[in-house]
Amino acid sequence: MSVIETMFWFLSVMALGAAVMVVASKSPVYSILFLILTFFAISGHYILLNAQFLAIVNIIVYAGAIMVLFLFVVMLMNLNAESEPHQKNKWFLYIGAISGGSLLLVMVAALKNVSATNQLVQMNNGEVGLIKNLGIKLFTDYVFPFEISSVLFLSAMIGAVVISKKEG
Amino acid sequence: MPVYYYIFLAVALFSIGVIGVLIRRNAIIIFMCVELMLNAANLLLVAFSKMHHQAMIHTNSTAASDAQVFVFFIMVVAAAEVSVGLAIIVMMYRNTHSVDVNFLNRLKN
Repeated sequence: MSVIETMFWFLSVMALGAAVMVVASKSPVYSILFLILTFFAISGHYILLNAQFLAIVNIIVYAGAIMVLFLFVVMLMNLNAESEPHQKNKWFLYIGAISGGSLLLVMVAALKNVSATNQLVQMNNGEVGLIKNLGIKLFTDYVFPFEISSVLFLSAMIGAVVISKKEG
Repeated sequence: MPVYYYIFLAVALFSIGVIGVLIRRNAIIIFMCVELMLNAANLLLVAFSKMHHQAMIHTNSTAASDAQVFVFFIMVVAAAEVSVGLAIIVMMYRNTHSVDVNFLNRLKN
């Protein structure tokens, strides 16, 4: 197996293992740390696909800002493994796992015989993911959503402040 | 690397996120599983953009970069959604001192 294939399998196993540990972990802080590990694995996949800009933005925005925000909130509420609410009825766990598993089976079965899925993905090079080309695309064809996203951020900031105001 | 490897990886991550939303009762962990689902979709979009790039590499060398711009906007929306969602969770905690979603269900009474 070439180096790229080895890296692909290693990153896939890391992403799936860390995702399972996010769901299965007792303490919320461990779940957040495993989710950060998942984001690093997904960024590794982006780098394998030569989507360099998205890999760095993924690390900075998701693992660096959003997960740190989650960690602040969990530390603020002082959540740990003892205060974690657990399902009193074990059947709900089994039903949830079976529902999610059947979703996986349905989606895999729907794509099983599609011949278009044998097409190759270009890895390790290619000019699509470079920041220069993405920047040109973003500022010429997609400049309107880019400006609207700044309005979205403004409304999210105002909403977060308004929601958290104390009464009076 | 055929694209169905990436499809299976993204579908597996998505369904792990779905299982997490259905099983866990902590509101913060449910929110984190929603972020996991969003990332699975992002990975699939980037894989498909490279697949189309491979197919069109002789005609247009920057084809199919629309999906990566779309992933950028998905990250923008996820960041805004996380800030507002965590503000709501903190307010709920301030009122009820619990982040259990079954407990928060009793708000209607």
